[in-house]
Amino acid sequence: MTELSRSSDAREGPHHVVSLQTYFLVYVALVVLLAATVLASEMPFSRSGHLYAAMAISAVKTILIALIFMHVYYSAPLTWITAAGTLMWVALMIGFFLIDYGSRTWIDILGKWPAGQ
Amino acid sequence: MSTPSTTLSPETGEQLLLHHFGDLEQQHLSSSLGMWFFLASEVMFFTGMIAAYAVYRALSPEAFHLASLHIDKWLGFFNTWVLLTSSWTMALAVRCTQVGDRRGILRYLLLTAVFGTAFLGVKAYEYGTKIEHHLFPGPHFVVPGSPRDVHATEEGAGDAAHASDYQKLRDASMVDGQLDVKEFANNLGRFQLMFVLYFFMTGIHAFHMIIGIVLILLFAVLTKLHWFSGYGQTQIEMLGLYWHFVDVVWVFLYPLLYLIE
Repeated sequence: MTELSRSSDAREGPHHVVSLQTYFLVYVALVVLLAATVLASEMPFSRSGHLYAAMAISAVKTILIALIFMHVYYSAPLTWITAAGTLMWVALMIGFFLIDYGSRTWIDILGKWPAGQ
Repeated sequence: MSTPSTTLSPETGEQLLLHHFGDLEQQHLSSSLGMWFFLASEVMFFTGMIAAYAVYRALSPEAFHLASLHIDKWLGFFNTWVLLTSSWTMALAVRCTQVGDRRGILRYLLLTAVFGTAFLGVKAYEYGTKIEHHLFPGPHFVVPGSPRDVHATEEGAGDAAHASDYQKLRDASMVDGQLDVKEFANNLGRFQLMFVLYFFMTGIHAFHMIIGIVLILLFAVLTKLHWFSGYGQTQIEMLGLYWHFVDVVWVFLYPLLYLIE
């Protein structure tokens, strides 16, 4: 009946307990990055410059939330791969969207998206 | 030592091990893996909307910029802060399950629900003002400053910022000093499309929040009733993953919708 008994580390559970201080520091970092997002939007960047700055800050926030709040940093390799794999799916989807829309004006196909639009 | 785990009292704070898992670690891994697969599909769902946004913003940057100016960045800032705080309290609730602090779990789950509700309250106020200003897509929608804008004709140029969107879209549609009628129509349509995307993306996000708040309250009640074994370590952590995911979505929606320049 070993499969019904509790594992040796049952008391601790399979968790790494993150310290309160770490959670607080991550929270402070997230609020600082939020302020940075608004500040960056007030800066005299070009329009695409604003977009890149905002997306870069959002990416850093996401990494912090995923690694610490969502415990990916302390998780098994399989969880790591699944979480990071999400990025690959997103990259594929966005990438093919952009290839599609970006190349539509290259050849004029009758009845399709008209050239010059 | 052959006591089946199901006879253990949840009171002891030890997690039950279901018979088809080898150990608690495997049991926990399969839960978190399942949740991550679900979250990956959710990410793809939101990415579809963001891709639609990217395509139309690239086609009519000026229309999206002008529309974004009608979305209050400081309300969005406040809401982002509220949501980040709720993520923090959620992480603390999960931590309380790990150290076996039942009162702490309840306290932080309820705090998370309160912050989530505050977010929805601000959101409702934002929706209200937009509907009032005829910025909800549909037959009711009026491009500020257009011939259909009663405000602009009654008050003349009194409300300059309000009245000028139509004119600015017209200016953006000039090709070699001539008005490109088709481009002008596209720009007017995409000005409205920005609000379609705004209401759709934030609406779906708010829907996720409502589900999250209901689940948090339900889990708080179940914790109070001592329903979970091991203080609901696995269950509340999975709920936490969902809540943090909703936060991550907002982290991207905020700059995309509220902060175009």
